[in-house]
Amino acid sequence: MSFQPVHFYQTGTFTVGNRLLAEEERSVQANMERTNSLNSGHRACQGCGEALGARYAIDAAMKAASGRLIAANATGCLEVFSTPYPETSWQIPWIHSLFGNTAAVATGIAAAIKIKRQKGQMGDVRVVAQGGDGGTTDIGFGCLSGMFERNDDVLYICYDNGGYMNTGVQRSSATPPAARTATTMPVGPEPGNVFGQGKFLPAIAMAHEIPYVATATVADLRDLEYKVTKAMGMRGARYIHILVPCPLGWGAASEDTIKLARLAKETGIFPVFEAERGDLTNSLKIRRQQPVEEYLKLQKRYAHLFGKKPAVETIARLQAAADKNIRRYGLLDQEAN
Amino acid sequence: MEKPFAITLDPGSSLANHTGSWRTSRPVYLDRLPPCNKQCPAGEDIQGWLFHAESGDYESAWRHLTKDNPFPAIMGRVCYHTCEGACNRGQLDAPVGINSVEHFLGDEALKQGWKLTPPATESGKHVLVVGAGPSGMSAAYHLRRLGHSVTLYEAGPLLGGMMRFGIPKYRLPRDILEAEMQRVVDLGVTVKLNSKVDNILTTMAEGKFDAAFLAVGAHIGKRAMIPAGDAAKIIDAISLLRSMEGEDKPLLGRRVVVYGGGNTAIDVARTAKRMGAEPLIVYRRTREKMPAHDFELEEALQEGIMVKWLSTIKQADESSLTIEKMALDSKGFPQPTGEFETIEADSLVLALGQDVDLGLLEGVPGLKVTDGVVEVGANMMTGHPGIFAGGDMVPAERNVTVGIGHGKQAARHIDGWLRGEQYFPPVQREVATFENLNTWYYADAPKTVRPMLDIIRRQSTFDEVQGGLDESNALFEARRCLSCGNCFECDNCYGVCPDNAVIKLGPGKRFEFNYDYCKGCGMCVAECPCGAIKMEAEEI
Repeated sequence: MSFQPVHFYQTGTFTVGNRLLAEEERSVQANMERTNSLNSGHRACQGCGEALGARYAIDAAMKAASGRLIAANATGCLEVFSTPYPETSWQIPWIHSLFGNTAAVATGIAAAIKIKRQKGQMGDVRVVAQGGDGGTTDIGFGCLSGMFERNDDVLYICYDNGGYMNTGVQRSSATPPAARTATTMPVGPEPGNVFGQGKFLPAIAMAHEIPYVATATVADLRDLEYKVTKAMGMRGARYIHILVPCPLGWGAASEDTIKLARLAKETGIFPVFEAERGDLTNSLKIRRQQPVEEYLKLQKRYAHLFGKKPAVETIARLQAAADKNIRRYGLLDQEAN
Repeated sequence: MEKPFAITLDPGSSLANHTGSWRTSRPVYLDRLPPCNKQCPAGEDIQGWLFHAESGDYESAWRHLTKDNPFPAIMGRVCYHTCEGACNRGQLDAPVGINSVEHFLGDEALKQGWKLTPPATESGKHVLVVGAGPSGMSAAYHLRRLGHSVTLYEAGPLLGGMMRFGIPKYRLPRDILEAEMQRVVDLGVTVKLNSKVDNILTTMAEGKFDAAFLAVGAHIGKRAMIPAGDAAKIIDAISLLRSMEGEDKPLLGRRVVVYGGGNTAIDVARTAKRMGAEPLIVYRRTREKMPAHDFELEEALQEGIMVKWLSTIKQADESSLTIEKMALDSKGFPQPTGEFETIEADSLVLALGQDVDLGLLEGVPGLKVTDGVVEVGANMMTGHPGIFAGGDMVPAERNVTVGIGHGKQAARHIDGWLRGEQYFPPVQREVATFENLNTWYYADAPKTVRPMLDIIRRQSTFDEVQGGLDESNALFEARRCLSCGNCFECDNCYGVCPDNAVIKLGPGKRFEFNYDYCKGCGMCVAECPCGAIKMEAEEI
């Protein structure tokens, strides 16, 4: 069964909670007893999408694993802001090793658990690996691809904010076209990231034909929780790619984080879908379609597109990319809602 | 403790790091005033009672509603529900059917036999209420709730006032009216029917009343100077509607002309239609200028009632009327054109408004009467200390809901006055505008329309025209409420905070901010569906 929004007035499953729904139909985040895996006091910026996405995902994973979970973490914002020695915000068993080896570390943990269980030395403990887009799509990609290829029993979660934000907003292979970073062309006829480069890792993960690949955003909590819970119910290599807006790197207002994630989905810029063994099985439909400008103009990294002379052609190319996503992933449903 | 190689510090929690110090502005919870509540002439907490109805707790909803208005079954039928015009949901799809949910709650209460809450203690004070219309009955109810003894004088033989004599049965069935009146009487109101108060000061002195609330209404039909032949049958609208309540129904003939453009004119025409006549409304201006509510006119037109616009009646004879055509001038006032025509008419009903019978106030010192109505202060008190007034006899829009609101306000001021204090109404909160909402979070849901009575039965019987919603429809409709400006515990703030700085206090207890860790990002404000949080600058 795919995720179905509940049309239960007045807010259905759009809001985090809903007092009108039965207890078991409510979200993990609505629960007063949620793990709060990533606790208060972390040093993430105001309105950090990654801090939010990580708590959403790991709390859901903790619930699905009945609290028996180990997380391996790549270097990146998430590691730096949560765990400055000797403090940590994590309320779960958590390990950080290097920037690029998280998938391998998680593989090792999973292998150790497997052997210990065979020897009857421990019960079932699940393994999650997590990192930002830099640690996943660039630096850790070799280890991750190996983890996929071996079908190791790990859920890998990538929090994609489109760049190396922690070190000062450098470009990654997940930085979208036309977005400005510290390491893209600052001036000239076409400033910002070039078109035609970079990679969309969910599609690469699908090409490995692993049991489960999904994308999500911090704007659709119920969908995100559904996917994490579903992934935790499966064995083998699983990959979830979560779009997490970055107020700092995107040049956006801190209160707009969720709004931006919502617009990324509603414009088609970021397709939200799930796939099993390489086949697309379901996509979250666009509810109120918007032109890409609505998404772009809230972010200073795209400000050069909206100067005195708007970059109409560039915006059209971004719209075309969004439209392609809509076609490829079936994001529009004529009978939606 | 023995530490591993290269480790010198014990592990610590980030809770030691009070990130609240980063903040330059802080979120605060607030209850904004929903536009429906602001609009309601009876001061109902509409959002408040819909909140209970949303969870199917109709009794709590009804109890919450009746704190302000004891007559939801009547309101659900005759209130002009201007609240729905103010409803923010109107900007999203269609306004919440507030009136139809109120109708349902009122009927449910009568079906289940719910009783109004009696006062906890008795004050020992005795208040006289004159007039058993909406305003007087509302005042009696609120005074009783505040613990005062109430004696009600009514000149007529029955309770209800204009709700009975001014509103036809097809809009307000009499069993509903009587049940809601009786429920107030059951709170311990002493009722004296057929008791006209001739002099208020005498009655107050004889009954040793501590204060009085006057709501005698406006029952005297205004007359127009129309030259009329001896045999012409002319009757005023209020007398006609009142005689509909008695045994002897008025004889109007087949061709009935109703003169006027207010709601009363339409009520009379629709009543005449049901008695088998062919009513024609004559009005001196145009449909746009008509004071009657457009939905009432629309319903009348559906029932086959004709209207002659831009016409005045110059002469009335036994079986005909002379009419002059009018034209609107540049200021929108009708001016005679000198063009005349004759129409056949068996009777003429004048629905030109009503005057107040102020006889009982003669000789009362301090009173001020302007344009035929009694001046009252903001506290509803007349110029004579201890005598309060409301409803149609004071300067205000004349309708049932306004009257009920007057009764409530007056009761609260009378209560203050009796205790030698001044009652201060709560300071009005800031209004929840559409811009305060994040409507993404609300499910799309079109309005549920109440069933309408079949047109043939509407033309020939006095059956109620507008039916009620059933339970599932009413629940659906209540759940369309956006809860503007008031937390409905959707958990969004608790969920979307990246810093876990929102503490959930449990069902019914809402939330609290943990300012030790809140960084002031404002996400909770942006993602609150109903606008119940706002940012305030920190003092730095």
